[in-house]
Amino acid sequence: MNAIAALGARTLRVLQGWGHAALFFLGLLRVLPQSLRRFGLVVVQMHAIGNRSLLIILASGLAVGFVLALQLYNTLITFGAAESLGLVVNLTLVRELGPVVTALLFAGRAGTSLTAEIGLMKAGEQLAAMELMAIDPRARVLAPRFLAGILSMPLLAALFSAIGILGAWLVGVGLIGLDGGNFWSIQQNGVDVWRDVANGIIKSAVFGVICTFVALYQGYETEATPEGVAYATTRTVVLSSLAVLGMDFILTALMFSTR
Amino acid sequence: MSKRSIEILVGLFVLLGLAGIVFLALKAANLTTLSNGETYPLVARFDNIGGLKARAPVRSAGVVVGRITGISLDPKTFQGVVSLEIKRGFDFPKDTSAKILTAGLLGDQYVGLEPGGDTANLAPGDTIKQTQSAVVLENLIGQFLFNKAAEAGSGSASGADAGGKKP
Repeated sequence: MNAIAALGARTLRVLQGWGHAALFFLGLLRVLPQSLRRFGLVVVQMHAIGNRSLLIILASGLAVGFVLALQLYNTLITFGAAESLGLVVNLTLVRELGPVVTALLFAGRAGTSLTAEIGLMKAGEQLAAMELMAIDPRARVLAPRFLAGILSMPLLAALFSAIGILGAWLVGVGLIGLDGGNFWSIQQNGVDVWRDVANGIIKSAVFGVICTFVALYQGYETEATPEGVAYATTRTVVLSSLAVLGMDFILTALMFSTR
Repeated sequence: MSKRSIEILVGLFVLLGLAGIVFLALKAANLTTLSNGETYPLVARFDNIGGLKARAPVRSAGVVVGRITGISLDPKTFQGVVSLEIKRGFDFPKDTSAKILTAGLLGDQYVGLEPGGDTANLAPGDTIKQTQSAVVLENLIGQFLFNKAAEAGSGSASGADAGGKKP
């Protein structure tokens, strides 16, 4: 009987957690328009979230482009298809790796800092102080960060893909010596603006919502202790990575499955 | 950092991101090759379209003159109906023939138009009468094997006959 009760309690707790998160998400959406009225706050957050993630995103994109080009060349040359190196790298980056790797890096670079910042605000009772002054901390603190995350992620993912393709160009055309004109024209023949590029951007916007929301929620609901903040920061990375990977599969199945 | 320099940095970040999107759309995808010029439709019926796909190019003398907009099956004749969209300015004679060709040995398939000598041109919506189906590699290999087997069979049969005639 105790085991059944424990199972029931656990189920209820999990459901309660999901419901709590969903309500929090809806509340966040409701106060989101208020951040448009004070756009200066969003700009400051975009600097913290977007600009400061730029270096790691660009460096990773370049490295991924280099490595993809080198590795794929070895396989493609055995089929005499080395000319389509650019196309393969392009589709890989634009459809999948760009949005996903950017989201994973974003969770590590920006998500953790959001969680830690808000968690420490809560631990320092700054959020409670705001509420005392009749300022909704969700509208003042969370909403600008949420919007900044959603706006930054597609830009970062596009830059990741773009610099990755440039990296592949450097390796493929510069190092290996493929024909530069073919490199681009085969891509232009094989990559569709709406099906591939636009879907990739939609993907990264969804990942932006997921990563930023998880980070904000974990920070806002953290236990107001040093251990609690540390735990919440870890959970941010784990949960947003898992959510991004799971969501990526669903989105890929919806967007790119056989037509 | 002052508010103004933060704003400038964020503005640069947004511009850089947009430049990335524009680069992906223009240089690394087909936005530039999407023809927004005037086109007119044509239809061609094939007994077998092979691996032809929608949006494949239509070429004449190797030059892209249009795209395939749709592929369907005629329920009466069981032929593949391919709708083509040809750029205005490229008018083809009435007796133009359409072939399904392959770029390279294993490349993508496309429709090749070979103009005839008729003085009248195809009007928008016309059907191309002379068509040649795609070469299906399996059929070709099957035919080749069949011929080989037939040759080998007749060769051994004549050998046996020659042996049998000996006294």
